[in-house]
Amino acid sequence: MNNSIEKRIDLKAPIPRVWRALTDYREFGDWFRVKLDGPFVPGQVSRGQMTYPGYEHVKWEAVVQKMEHERLFSFTWPHPKSLDKADCPLDYSEEPTTLVEFRLEKTGSGTLLVLTESGFDKLPADRRLEAFQRNDGGWTEQMKNIENYVAHKP
Amino acid sequence: MSRTSHSRVAAKRRTRALVFAALGDPTRLSLVAKLCRAQPRSISQLTKRSKLTRQAITKHLRVLEGAGIVHNVHAGRESLFEFDPQPITEVTEYLGFVSEQWDQALSRLKSFVED
Repeated sequence: MNNSIEKRIDLKAPIPRVWRALTDYREFGDWFRVKLDGPFVPGQVSRGQMTYPGYEHVKWEAVVQKMEHERLFSFTWPHPKSLDKADCPLDYSEEPTTLVEFRLEKTGSGTLLVLTESGFDKLPADRRLEAFQRNDGGWTEQMKNIENYVAHKP
Repeated sequence: MSRTSHSRVAAKRRTRALVFAALGDPTRLSLVAKLCRAQPRSISQLTKRSKLTRQAITKHLRVLEGAGIVHNVHAGRESLFEFDPQPITEVTEYLGFVSEQWDQALSRLKSFVED
């Protein structure tokens, strides 16, 4: 069964313009309709409040994953059981999350934007494991930095 | 809140992911395919013409049961599994909802960058 979403859209705007609309938190907030607290930073939580009419009570919370300049922007975000005002949770830590990826490709007339959202089958338990792996990846990266530093500065 | 009702709430909250996860396996998909176009079946009937053991089939049925996709019913002394379309209908509708939200958001992005 299909458990991901893919959308492809041709935009008549150059890649740098599209990249800015996706990754500048104010521009993103404008078209997505969310008021974000601050800039997107890979590995960090992005917080804010939806401004989309009817969903103003919904909190925005995502973890920025990748920002590969003018190529890929991705984040994970929760899918609360309910978005209704009465029972939309305030704490998303137990909610399942999905991965959202925006990929940009140059076309003759501008930019092809490919959006995918995947991981609808991920349980909160998987997310804990993923967070662990992410931390572990961070450590591996840190170790590499230290090794490089040491190698170049004997 | 009693322990039972608390775990029921937790179970309900995880249903959507559980349904997607339960369906993300070819053996379970084929069990669902068999059950959704027939009357309730026993484990023996479901194991027939399958390369898998009764034990393996039982394990997959329990996963489907945990997601609410099949229910264990009793007909006399026989234990049968029956298909419940509701969870699959619900996740399909949910994916449709998310998909629609993206269509709207991307069309706003289009106007935003093209203007």
